[in-house]
Amino acid sequence: MDFLNALILLLNYIFVPALAYGSQLAIGAIFVTLIYGILRFANFATGDMMSFGTMVAILFTWYFQSLGLSLGFLPTALLAIPFAILFMGLYMLTIDKFVFKYYRLNKSPPVQLAMVSIGVMFVTQAVVRIIIGPSDRRFFDGEKFLIRANEFKEMTGLNEGLAIKSTQVITIVVTIILVSTLFWFLNKTKTGKSMRAYSDNEDLALLSGIDPKKIVMITWMIAAILATIGGVLYGLDKSFKPFTYFNNMLPIFAAAIVGGIGNPFGAFLGGYVIAFSEILLTYAYKKFFMYVLPESMEPDGLIQLLSTDYKFAVSFSILVIVLLYRPSGIFKGKIL
Amino acid sequence: MRKNLNVIAAYSIMMGLIILVGIFQSWNIALSIFNLCLISAVMTMGANIQWGYAGLINFGIMGFTALGGLAAVLISVNPVQEAWSAGGTNILLSLFLIIGIVLAVRFVLKRYQKSKIRNYLIAAIIIGGIIIIRLVSEPGIEAIEEVNPARTGFLGGLGLPIIFSWIVGAFFAGGLAFVIGKVALGLRADYLAIATLLISEIVIAIIKHEDWLTRGVKNVIGLKRPAPYEVNLQETEWFINLVEKFNSGKLALISDITERQAALNQFVIEGSSVFVKLCYSGLFLVVVIILLILTQKALYSPWGRMMRAIRDNEEAANAMGKNVVKQHLLIFVLGSAIVGIAGAMLVTQDGLFTPGSYRPLRYTFLIWVMVIVGGSGNNFGAILGGFVVWFLWIEAAPIGLYLVNLTTAGLEDTHFLKVHLIESVPYFRFLMMGIGLLLIMRYRPKGILPEKIEIK
Repeated sequence: MDFLNALILLLNYIFVPALAYGSQLAIGAIFVTLIYGILRFANFATGDMMSFGTMVAILFTWYFQSLGLSLGFLPTALLAIPFAILFMGLYMLTIDKFVFKYYRLNKSPPVQLAMVSIGVMFVTQAVVRIIIGPSDRRFFDGEKFLIRANEFKEMTGLNEGLAIKSTQVITIVVTIILVSTLFWFLNKTKTGKSMRAYSDNEDLALLSGIDPKKIVMITWMIAAILATIGGVLYGLDKSFKPFTYFNNMLPIFAAAIVGGIGNPFGAFLGGYVIAFSEILLTYAYKKFFMYVLPESMEPDGLIQLLSTDYKFAVSFSILVIVLLYRPSGIFKGKIL
Repeated sequence: MRKNLNVIAAYSIMMGLIILVGIFQSWNIALSIFNLCLISAVMTMGANIQWGYAGLINFGIMGFTALGGLAAVLISVNPVQEAWSAGGTNILLSLFLIIGIVLAVRFVLKRYQKSKIRNYLIAAIIIGGIIIIRLVSEPGIEAIEEVNPARTGFLGGLGLPIIFSWIVGAFFAGGLAFVIGKVALGLRADYLAIATLLISEIVIAIIKHEDWLTRGVKNVIGLKRPAPYEVNLQETEWFINLVEKFNSGKLALISDITERQAALNQFVIEGSSVFVKLCYSGLFLVVVIILLILTQKALYSPWGRMMRAIRDNEEAANAMGKNVVKQHLLIFVLGSAIVGIAGAMLVTQDGLFTPGSYRPLRYTFLIWVMVIVGGSGNNFGAILGGFVVWFLWIEAAPIGLYLVNLTTAGLEDTHFLKVHLIESVPYFRFLMMGIGLLLIMRYRPKGILPEKIEIK
């Protein structure tokens, strides 16, 4: 019984939150890695692009709510996502046309493109803050919990409750659908294969008749889908605040590099590596050991490896270690 | 003279703009903009040495700035005796333990051949060391943080004049840069950018949460000043006389004695804060000029030519027998040290240390915008970039407000769009920075004052 309690405790406080957070990071990391692999620059506007997509989704959500539309127990934001993606795609293509295209055609070094992306970051950030403001916004509606902690306790008769928020389930389900479609697209369809070929060797791809314009456009469209969905899922689970989204860029980068930048599957796993290590290392295990160990051996401290303040620092330290010992990432990506 | 015309013109326009602010807004605002421009100029010089001279991307400027600020605290604050007696020994012991771990790892690295066993041994030393350090330091940290937490709750500093911290800040930042450089400089450009960005976040996390050292988010306020205090100035004889002489024309117009006294008091209060700011400007100007002379000398020395050679063609420079790795490390340390000076100057000017205020947007990306806009590789350009960008950053809100009023003139004051736009005026600065950066990168990629190499 104690063992079950300990297990549920870990599930509730570590496994489920880390899985949801990891999925959100994974989507962002695939976004970064796709841009890096095909357009060949580190996109410092990642976080702000995600916040732009989320903002559009929130505006649509508000509009639908004012019309009285809803999805019942699901959040209305899910209905807004397709519209937001369209807007986001338009925004990305506009940016590409007016900003990135020039440098791509001039074959500028990646560093210059990264600097340009900082300009885009500033502009996007300004646009988001001017339109929706810098404050915290919650746009979740619908049923909040799938399983409540006390319901679970009653059902099973255990001491520990397991609470599963519906946003966590939505996050995980959407991530599975999205990522598997994406991998199917990249590996099985002709367009996906040509994208991979272009990423692998640009000159050879061009020689074999792949149209770079089409590749770039599709990449931005996929990026728009990933950015919007990733942003909305994060916003539903926590809340929407432009500044947090900007900061999320850092663990997302960490995830992409840990997984091997340029490798979508690596980025996907990288997200979970970062999320799990953040939560595992900063969780206080006192209660867990109280269940597992006999009473005489009960710990008196919190048994916390690192204080929760260092949550971000954990992922960055992992990144630094990976950079030192395996610069190409866990799964071999492009060697930078 | 002729070839420096654009430099002189650019700087005159900049000074003219600041003087205009002085005339139309107030001299107080103009001087505070000027002071922060000078600090930004020091930061951009640091970043320019790394990027402009050597082509190294350092996105960790925020971390080095914060370390400089930390130096200001550790140098100037009076030591907290109680805290030292409560937990000082534990902290010192942990410090020795850290040194011990580093030495042990070095010993293992030197003594044993590269092998799996060696890796495990190092990992064991580090993990074991961390556990021991935690056991040793935890009671000490708790004891220190319990000493009068509302006012101190940290170890305090050395109680020296704060000016020394400018040098110490440079050493702190340089030391960190040495460690980072050893670890990360081998990486290619965009990896280095991301790595330094993340490392600077780790530095900030440590400064924010190690309360025993920095008071963390509780902030350290009321630091010593190298300049006189306004309150004292307002009571000093010579200063009042000076203000009186300065404003004698305006004062003569007021006939009533009590009114004249009131006006004089007003002038003294304003004058005192302007005078204090002028003191800071003088100090900062000295630093900027010294650094400018040094960096300019370095740029035109054989060393500067070597750095450019390394930047432009690493392999060729290597083939000519230049130690690229060593030079990269050197320049990374030097540039970061300059940023550290700026960090200490910033805290000195503010008189407070607020770890929560270090954000990458303000302290890393904005500095980069300054370097790129001003002109990388050209010290005068980098300084000008610091001035222009900081000026716009501050004045963006008034300009934005003016623009909003202009474009929405046809709307009523209560129209929701107008109200919303006026509320979001502070964010126009991001827009201006972004568009400015994009335009400069596209149409003048070498910056306002491009790099110009003359062989003397």
